[in-house]
Amino acid sequence: MQIIGKTKFDFIGKRKISFTISSIIAIIGIVAIVQISRGATNMGIDFTGGTALQLKFEKPIALQDARKALSREGMEVSLQEITDGNKLLIKVGKTTLATGVVAETVENVFKKEFTANPFIVESSTEIGPSIGEKLRKDTLVAIVVAMFGIILYIAWRFDLKFGIAAALATFHDVLAILAIFYILDKEVNLLLITAVLTIAGYSLTDTVVVFDRIRENMHKNMKESLATVFNLSINEVLSRTIITALTTLLAALSLFLFGGEVIHDFSFALVVGILVGTYSSIFVASPLVVLWENRALRNKV
Amino acid sequence: MSKGLTWRISLIVFFLFCSLLYLAPTLFANLPSWWTGPFLPKDKISLGLDLQGGIHLVMEVETQKAVEGQLDIIATDMEDTLNGKNLRFKKVSRLGGDRIAIVLYDKGTVASVETLLKEKYPRLQLLAPFDEGGFLNLQMKMSDAEIETVKDKSVQQALETIRNRIDQFGVSEPVIQREGIKNIVVQLPGVKDPKRAIELIGKTARLEFKLVNEEVNPATATQGTLSDEDEILTEKRVDPDTGIVSEIPYVLKKKTLITGDLLTDAQVQIDSQFNQPYVAISFNSVGAKLFDQVTAANVGKRFAIVLDKNIYSAPVIRERISGGNAQISGSFTEKEASDLAIVLRAGALPAPVKILQNVTVGPSLGQDSIRKGLMAGLVGVLLVVCFMAIYYKLSGMIANVGMVLNIVYLMGALAVFGATLTLPGIAAIVLLIGMAVDANVLIFERIREELRLGKTPKAALDSGYDKAFLTIMDSHVTTLITAAVLFQFGTGPVKGFAVTLSLGVIINLFTSLVGTKVVFDYFLGRGRATKISI
Repeated sequence: MQIIGKTKFDFIGKRKISFTISSIIAIIGIVAIVQISRGATNMGIDFTGGTALQLKFEKPIALQDARKALSREGMEVSLQEITDGNKLLIKVGKTTLATGVVAETVENVFKKEFTANPFIVESSTEIGPSIGEKLRKDTLVAIVVAMFGIILYIAWRFDLKFGIAAALATFHDVLAILAIFYILDKEVNLLLITAVLTIAGYSLTDTVVVFDRIRENMHKNMKESLATVFNLSINEVLSRTIITALTTLLAALSLFLFGGEVIHDFSFALVVGILVGTYSSIFVASPLVVLWENRALRNKV
Repeated sequence: MSKGLTWRISLIVFFLFCSLLYLAPTLFANLPSWWTGPFLPKDKISLGLDLQGGIHLVMEVETQKAVEGQLDIIATDMEDTLNGKNLRFKKVSRLGGDRIAIVLYDKGTVASVETLLKEKYPRLQLLAPFDEGGFLNLQMKMSDAEIETVKDKSVQQALETIRNRIDQFGVSEPVIQREGIKNIVVQLPGVKDPKRAIELIGKTARLEFKLVNEEVNPATATQGTLSDEDEILTEKRVDPDTGIVSEIPYVLKKKTLITGDLLTDAQVQIDSQFNQPYVAISFNSVGAKLFDQVTAANVGKRFAIVLDKNIYSAPVIRERISGGNAQISGSFTEKEASDLAIVLRAGALPAPVKILQNVTVGPSLGQDSIRKGLMAGLVGVLLVVCFMAIYYKLSGMIANVGMVLNIVYLMGALAVFGATLTLPGIAAIVLLIGMAVDANVLIFERIREELRLGKTPKAALDSGYDKAFLTIMDSHVTTLITAAVLFQFGTGPVKGFAVTLSLGVIINLFTSLVGTKVVFDYFLGRGRATKISI
């Protein structure tokens, strides 16, 4: 069976469109990074410090009632409902209360105000501000080290132009995930960073497949223009680019749909990352190299 | 069958055997009785706290407090030393976080005090005396190196004490370890009552016996009106009928007469008269002697039993108590009494601890996560298997076998390394299901291409595997780079993800390049096959 036969798309020619789209994504992504480093987005408590509780009630509970009850106690919280199983996620950022008593205070409020609707504490996490700060620093270092490692490896395997183009495409994927999380106001936490780094490693696979073929074809037909060789190569490997992404996407999708609330956002980031990674290996990485090579050629003449 | 083929098949079977061997303890709850001996593995893949429920605590030992405590002890000791030698002084007290100030009345005593202190406290540095409003101020400073040693020891000692308490509390497979300079990480899987456990671990449990100063009225006294030698502490009393908590203030003499360091045992007993639990304590010989002396000298006075600045009770000393036995009563439940006995037996923490991070997962959420993780895995496998079988026919099935082999090997490897399976770890396995067939997809597409060029199945197969090899290597290495970084900086669940992902990717190289190739070689090797189902 074959989904995609022989194709002759002009991928490189569409670069004006793809670069426009990607630039927009990248700009939103950079805004997201700035906001994240300022702590101005929906940050997880592992980065900011604070308390998170997951309560499972016997009966459905209205968000407004819960919010009202907590605000009577002077607590600023963010609430999220998990409809599957009457669960409530409660996140408390900075409060005047000392670390260690926030969770208890919240529990007591619900015990007092909702006597007819008993609950159990499924999970409770309290993180002091110093841990959050350390984690933020560590995360930044981790991302930089990972990107640097990838550039080094690709630069060593191909050449610098390919290496930098691949790294840019990978960085583009990272920005895209962050941009979407920023726009949807989803929580930025340690699991998201894990997903982002995983995608950074994975999305290179497609790029490497395309680059390998380009290199092979460049040795074979020296006379053709760069754009022609690149287009030919991308078309030749198009079906495997799509199918490798598809199999991984199937796995990520089943995680997203059946994996439960704890890794829901994590698998969402994986799904987004796989899609964007495939797009960028075709529409970002290769056109970047063509652009660069052509400029170098013009400068020589 | 060619020689290379036999060799490769044996390797695959050998690995399969090893994986199953190491997985046996995980798969079967009850191992057969003959499963003994040093060569058979018995360790299970352990589940992370996010899967089995429990507490993960990161605590910081307030090491500066340990230094201050040490200086306070030395200061008290200095007072006794100077008194013992009849050397007159105005005051001995700790000054800031690194020194003790001794204020003397006249120059005449300076020389003899200096010699005495130098001899008795060689670990402290004696500074030159200076005049302070007619008095002489002599200071002894603890060196930075000494401070570091005290801090380091306090963390070590806190670790031991906490381990001791947890052992007595009874938790199976706890993890208690030092992290960095002053942090301690505690993991308690499957704890039912997290609040109680945290209280037990985090309590400083500094037991002190102090005399009540009955000359001052505690109702009107404030910290400002008290002399330097007194302090106000409170006793919490719970009315057993109404449950109302009342706080009763006492004025105590600051000087600690006896501390909990001198205890040898603490046991819960039930008062037969009031059916109230209390904690019976026994002192060692030094403590018993001290207790005897103190009670003898203070008959008729009230003696406060203070734990972490809270008064438990303040009974009147009716008579001299010899023999070194005493009891702590107060309004507590049997559970509280038994926890108190544990912390007293295990000893006090050298300094208070601050909880930096507390992650508690209830058992129901863990169960739920396991169930959903398995479900996602099952669906993932099914989707991928169906897709591969339809798209690549028989070859797709071979890739599927490779994928299953990949997962079995991975589980085996996790068991061998004694890795902990976390929810992100399960996610990594599910993700690997999708990634595992990728290498074969690359190979198959290449084979199709070669076949279109008119090559024979055997030749197409070989060049397919050859030409795809480098590409596969590249993609695996880049995944490994990021997994290694994740492992380096991640904690708990993230580390589990990184370990699982890296192991899976490495194993995938073997299963997709060697494992599936063997099957093809076996069927095509004899050269009879003219067609390849791809």
